[in-house]
Amino acid sequence: MVVAALALTGCAQGTGDEGADVDFSADGSPSGERSVMGFGTGDEIGEVRYDRATQDLEGVDVRLAEGELDIQAFLSAVASGNPPDLVYANRDQIGTFASRDAILPLDECVDAEGVDLDAFVDTAVEQVTFDGSVYGIPEFNQVQVTMANADLLSAAGLTVDDVNGSDRDAVTAANEALMRTAGGTLSVIGFDSKLPEFLPLWAKAAGADLLSEDGRTAQLDAPEVVEALEWAVGIYDAQGGFPAVKTYRDSADFFGAGNQFATGVLGAMPMEQWYINVLNESSPDAPMAFDAVRTPGGDAIAFASGSAWAVPRGSENPAAACRFARLMTETDAWVQAAQARADARAQDGLVFTGVLTGNEEADEQIRADLVPDDAPQPWQDAIDAMYEANDATFALPANPADNEFETAWQDAVNRVLNGQQEPADALAQAQDEAQQALDDAWARWDEED
Amino acid sequence: MTTPVAPALPTPATGGSREAPVRRRRARPSPSERRERNAALRFISPWIVGFVVFTAWPILYSAYLSLTDYDVINDPTFVGLDNYREMAQDPKVALSLWNTLVYTVVQVPLYTVVALALALLLNQAARSAGFFRTAFFIPKMTPPVAVGVLLLLLFNGQYGIVNEVLSWVGIQGPSWTTDQDWIKPGLVLISLWTVGSAVIILLAALRNVPNDLYDAARVDGAGFWRRTRAVTVPMISGALFFVVVINTIAGFQMFTEAYSAYFGAGNSTYRNDAALFCVIYLFQEGFQELHMGYASALAWLLFVVIMLVTVVQLVVSRRLVYYEGEQR
Repeated sequence: MVVAALALTGCAQGTGDEGADVDFSADGSPSGERSVMGFGTGDEIGEVRYDRATQDLEGVDVRLAEGELDIQAFLSAVASGNPPDLVYANRDQIGTFASRDAILPLDECVDAEGVDLDAFVDTAVEQVTFDGSVYGIPEFNQVQVTMANADLLSAAGLTVDDVNGSDRDAVTAANEALMRTAGGTLSVIGFDSKLPEFLPLWAKAAGADLLSEDGRTAQLDAPEVVEALEWAVGIYDAQGGFPAVKTYRDSADFFGAGNQFATGVLGAMPMEQWYINVLNESSPDAPMAFDAVRTPGGDAIAFASGSAWAVPRGSENPAAACRFARLMTETDAWVQAAQARADARAQDGLVFTGVLTGNEEADEQIRADLVPDDAPQPWQDAIDAMYEANDATFALPANPADNEFETAWQDAVNRVLNGQQEPADALAQAQDEAQQALDDAWARWDEED
Repeated sequence: MTTPVAPALPTPATGGSREAPVRRRRARPSPSERRERNAALRFISPWIVGFVVFTAWPILYSAYLSLTDYDVINDPTFVGLDNYREMAQDPKVALSLWNTLVYTVVQVPLYTVVALALALLLNQAARSAGFFRTAFFIPKMTPPVAVGVLLLLLFNGQYGIVNEVLSWVGIQGPSWTTDQDWIKPGLVLISLWTVGSAVIILLAALRNVPNDLYDAARVDGAGFWRRTRAVTVPMISGALFFVVVINTIAGFQMFTEAYSAYFGAGNSTYRNDAALFCVIYLFQEGFQELHMGYASALAWLLFVVIMLVTVVQLVVSRRLVYYEGEQR
């Protein structure tokens, strides 16, 4: 293991200044073989856009290294001077890649290709903007929606308003009303607060950001964050503790007809919008209720995530890579892809619930032209909730210690969930760890800059 | 056991005084010997090249990297012993070492005893031995990632088969996959899934124990347990030692099953420190946090620990392990 790992790093020599002067406005028809890492044409949304982009780039043989981006393989390729021409990464990796000089700033690419960044979702652009420069062309947007079992709610005299997060006390009460145990074992999960991943959502709903706007100061020990964690953990404690809920959650057929909502063993939870399609396909008759996740003021709120195209330092043809990224993310590409999906779902007798592209212009056009506004309930509510959430997103700003920061707060939540620490202590420790990582990473960046 | 005395070598006596033995000059290899040696070198040269490029050089390079700050993409910066100093203050290093040690100390004896028990049973089987040998070995073919997933299914606290079986005898099983105290025992138990390879090694050793030793023991009135303790175990102690050493090293390098069960895609955000083993922490630091210099230092720490433990095992083995044909 160790030997193999080091074999991979053994030849690394660093990037140096290679590729410092990059011309994104190269004229003429791009040609030759171009490699793309981290992207796969898994469905019609990917396939249609990919076919469209490769047709436009006539003469270029695009080779895909499918599957999720392998960070180590990617960075090793860049370090050894043999990078792919384009990578498809999570947006929360962009800050780390940019700070390590692994990817190129795309400001010139944006100008050369006429990419209208104003057409993109603001938070998506913020996630790919590092120290004032754009390092990625965003695509897709994932947001959270409240999903609930309407029958269980009704039997407990509740509505989806009681579990959409707008009133924490109401959620706590609903959790206790919905949960069931049989023979001392949890048989119905009342409310799943989806820790650790949704701590930023609960904290933001309470008015706190985990990270300052400039990405330099951790705010993990803010009182609002501590309270949010205490409340979300309390939801599990009322059901016998997180281990009991997780054990039960893990035993469910999450993607199949026996999912927790269809089998009536889960009252409510916030979940990313893609799960609406899973439910619609696998259990269309499940008694569902949907709403956005809401703040105490009743406003929708969602923690955005998604992907982005980035051009590695050392790319042999950055102009072609830039054009490919533009072609994949432009409005027409999304609309054509959405049309293909709408057709496919119509053929299967399913509701087309829309696509969140990260491109506001495309989102609006797709919703207006392709997404029904009179879909059968509860799916129309799901569609409405999804688009409302998409208009109310927030994100953590790009920073050079993305991964360390995330590890710090997630480890803190895990220590609490595993009964090792109290929320305040765990977050205080995380605050120190995260700030140290941020200080070190920013110091390196500022020094190099 | 008596220690035989080696026969004294005859020494040339000259004038009644003992002189140091004359060192004979090595004869020059003949042309045919040289040709043979060169041919041998040519035949093994692919292995030598592979060893140098993929093992020796990375090992040496990792020693250098452990003295640097290296993020995989930018040039390594020499930082002296900073990584080792940081390790001394990093609570996760102590935690991962402790987890690894506890796992190894519990897993190795249990694994060896179970392997020996199954090998003894197989050794008794006559016609069906071939079938059972295959049956025991097949699980070893399961990819370790699948074993990790299997762990989550079998040991699910609520609906896992293990707790289901325990409930038949009135025992309410623990939350094997989420309870801090039960995660390592669960991993130890699932490691028995691959006990088949050790069973085959021990079975081969058992087949080599001379029957006349058992006959003599029977004549002396020794029962099964006495024969096992006094004849079988000493006679297969070499194979047992091999299983223990190999398994100890594997225990210290525990990674795939624990990672896929507790740190993989299904648990991208939920993690449990009870399953944080040395190599998992090394992997996280090197390949997720991109602290490759620190990860290299961790690798060297683990190497030293494994080497020390193996040396201790080798020293102890001199008293406990018997090799056939060995004279003591």
